[in-house]
Amino acid sequence: MDENKVFEYTRYTEGIETMKAAHKVLAEYAFTPSLPQKGYNNRSLHIDLGTLKFTEKKIGEDMKKTFTGGRGFGLKYLWDAIKPTTRWNDPENDIIISPGPICGITQYPGAGKSLVVALSPITNIPIDSNVGAYFGPLLKFSGFDALEIQGKAKADVIVVIDGVKGKVTIETAPQESLDSHVAAEQFTHQYATDEADLRNVSVVSAGAAAAHSLIGCLNFSYYDVRRKVTRLKQAGRGGIGTVFRDKKIKALVVHGPQVKGDMNHPADLGRIQRAGVKLHKEMHDFDDKMCTMRKVGTTNIVSVMDAYDLLPVMNFQYGSHPDTKNIDKTMWVQQFTQGIPDGCWYGCSMACAHGVDEFALRTGPYKGHKVIVDGPEYETAAGCGSNCGIFDPLWVIECNFYCDTYGIDTISFGTITGFIMECWQRGILNAERTGGLDMSWGKGESQLELMHQMARGEGFGLIAGQGVQRMKKIFSDQGWGDYAFLNDIGLEGKGLEQSEYMSKESLAQQGGYYLTNKGPQHDEAWVIFMDMVNNQIPTFEDKAEALYYFPMFRTWFGLNGLCKLPWNDIEPGDNRTKNAPMDAAKVPEHVQNYVDLFSGVTGREITKEEIIKMSERVYQFQRVFDLRMGKGTRKYDQPPYRAMGPVTKEEYESRQERYDKQLMDWMQIDPAGKSTEEKMALHRKYREDRYQKLVDAVYRRRGWTSNGIPTLETLKRNGIDFPEVVATVLPHLSESEVREVRAAYTVDKKEIKNKISKTKDKKPASKKTVKQDKKNKPKIKDKKPAVKKAKPTPKKGKTIKKIPAKKKPAKKVIVKKKTVQKLVKKIKPKAKRTVKKAAAKKPVKKPKKK
Amino acid sequence: MKYLKTNPSLCKGIKACEKTCSKAFFKVEDPEKSAIRVKQTDSGFEINVCNQCGECIPICPVKALSRNKQGVVMLDKKLCVGCLMCVGYCPTLSMRTHPDLREPFKCVACGICARACPEKALEIAEK
Repeated sequence: MDENKVFEYTRYTEGIETMKAAHKVLAEYAFTPSLPQKGYNNRSLHIDLGTLKFTEKKIGEDMKKTFTGGRGFGLKYLWDAIKPTTRWNDPENDIIISPGPICGITQYPGAGKSLVVALSPITNIPIDSNVGAYFGPLLKFSGFDALEIQGKAKADVIVVIDGVKGKVTIETAPQESLDSHVAAEQFTHQYATDEADLRNVSVVSAGAAAAHSLIGCLNFSYYDVRRKVTRLKQAGRGGIGTVFRDKKIKALVVHGPQVKGDMNHPADLGRIQRAGVKLHKEMHDFDDKMCTMRKVGTTNIVSVMDAYDLLPVMNFQYGSHPDTKNIDKTMWVQQFTQGIPDGCWYGCSMACAHGVDEFALRTGPYKGHKVIVDGPEYETAAGCGSNCGIFDPLWVIECNFYCDTYGIDTISFGTITGFIMECWQRGILNAERTGGLDMSWGKGESQLELMHQMARGEGFGLIAGQGVQRMKKIFSDQGWGDYAFLNDIGLEGKGLEQSEYMSKESLAQQGGYYLTNKGPQHDEAWVIFMDMVNNQIPTFEDKAEALYYFPMFRTWFGLNGLCKLPWNDIEPGDNRTKNAPMDAAKVPEHVQNYVDLFSGVTGREITKEEIIKMSERVYQFQRVFDLRMGKGTRKYDQPPYRAMGPVTKEEYESRQERYDKQLMDWMQIDPAGKSTEEKMALHRKYREDRYQKLVDAVYRRRGWTSNGIPTLETLKRNGIDFPEVVATVLPHLSESEVREVRAAYTVDKKEIKNKISKTKDKKPASKKTVKQDKKNKPKIKDKKPAVKKAKPTPKKGKTIKKIPAKKKPAKKVIVKKKTVQKLVKKIKPKAKRTVKKAAAKKPVKKPKKK
Repeated sequence: MKYLKTNPSLCKGIKACEKTCSKAFFKVEDPEKSAIRVKQTDSGFEINVCNQCGECIPICPVKALSRNKQGVVMLDKKLCVGCLMCVGYCPTLSMRTHPDLREPFKCVACGICARACPEKALEIAEK
């Protein structure tokens, strides 16, 4: 790229001073700005938008030891903030943004991540989302290791954290846009002191569609000094943007000090520098031969997935398509501006945050505007592209742009649209039911219109925004389709839409998706190649080991404010020759880098094994948290059948040779003379049984009961046997464990009574009632303690009462009848755009396996 | 474009250049803080120093690297965030870093080392 190129974008800064003058400060709080010492400020900031109160909370050594930071802190704060009866739109739902101790170092790629945690509207369990851009690091360099936002504002507000002046304000901001590409630019320019200061401001915002759906995302911004434009990265999964808008937050703004290379005041800067330079050099030497991340980012795998029949095509029916070449890296290398540093935090030489510059929009309120589109990344290209039968890159880019600016998760949106399009294909939906939208495969324009409807809060877009799980119920309740079939073809688990890989032929990946804490995403384990392609984990135990190690290892990135990609999307040149295949998959040299980074920043010496232990504490805690919110048991770990095998005749017959061979090889059944339906039934039984055996093996390896509950031993081993945690699992434990709990913990009958009445009274869940052995149990001192310590139990079993099983709130998909009627009523067909039903049922050309 | 031209065949490994460079910029005689480095090889000595190729300039995320009027690649420490990408991406591995220092450093073709070299193995030249 020409160093002096001037990019031409539509600008939104006109009149921003007038807009700023219209702000009214509702509340103000002064604090002492600080920089972290060895990675921590040892305090967090809590804001209640309902009462307009600010509270600083101390973070002590116990909190750091148990939860590390990032996602760990987020889950701990959320646990303290909500009750088992809390729902996502209750004021006590808490949005926590926490960067983690390593976050903010500039020397190592991928070290600027924030973790966002909240109670998800789409799953009703905790969600955590890992996001780049500058907000987390600048929050940390303002003086806080986490930001918590509880309560609901009366009208739209912004929260401004000025880490230079030491001031936090809650302000009205009536004139700025809700949509993120505009809002980020407007607020960045309003709160920077001059042009050089623009990079020290970061904005968090959602968008117009976040409030009308359950799949809202958050955009985190940063100022790109080369392009001179604000850019966006997304905390996409689980609907945190919806919670954000429910709290009536228009934006969070942080203005931090200018970043330098030692802002974390690390214990050993040299150790971090050495690791960083080593990785930069690997990127320089090997990226072109390995993943070409610097040229095309994660889209490099579109063609790879297609080649292995793993790319989701038409709602995960198929794994490849002849038109994939139109949305693979050969296309994106032309669309993405080349030769420009594209990291979402300083020092990211992997630079995968590519952008399509000066893109002229063709639809919606910004039609004709020239914008930068951040992405598409693989998930968006696959989800909004191939999974919807859309192979036109321009529609994928447009969809990516509007998802971001409207505050919608591209992964959920892609999986939702694919599901809708298959419903259209099968006559479950038609023009009358969609209000005139032709949702045939490949209709990019319809996909965009669906999105615009979501933003306007009208039409079929409102139903789509409810997500796949609720749509299954809505469509069957309306008598449009059979629930069992809809359930089979709708790719969601625990309510979260599956991300964009085909797992049918990889049993381990089925577990990688559905034996997860927050629902089927690839954040925990991506083991398809190891399992299906390389056959490195053939037994159930091998797969269970992989589904223990990788989720634990990958959790660690989220504890520390790191990106996963520089771990294994670049490898040392000799990784594959120096290490046995299974060891090579762990990239041992890079794991050592992480040991060096953590120890170099915090001064606390850890080992590779300690990385797993740090993660497991939080992972097991999150599993118990799911249980506390009414999920977290075996029945919530079940995939829809589409994730496991062929649901329809067309799917089977498109890969008949493969499936017939599997009948012979796996089941020793001769397929000759059997109908497709018979063969499908045999497959289904085999595949479903096989999955249950995997579940058993994984549960054993993770230290869970056969119902998926962490055992007392597991909690103790991980040092998270806090009374409230134990109390949550107690009703599910074995008799011997219950006896053990009775011996070790004191549970006062009166206090239990108090606890129950407090829950009913909906008072803050800060007072805990289960008492614990003071000597043996870890203590969390910070802020409201999670547990109240008790004297050691004097006599075994004497004062213990079994904690009554909590009455779990109904966790079925709740779609109120009135809501459905309201939603369906809102769909008014547009006369001119009605598509004939016959046309809708037209047979679809099925791609054949290559 | 001004740069430091090296003639390794004349080098006798006295390393006066390293001492002078670190003394001039960091006030210590420490080869680890010298922008120019001399290494003994089987056949003699190898001199490693920035040739002002400029490949680091577009790598920098904050535009802290640029050429001055003489064509020398200069680092603006005020803008630099110490990410060290330029260090890993230098094709000749001539961008330096040191644990005591937040920002990297490099040869700015000042010529102090050339004047210190008794063997005339170094000279400021144009290309």
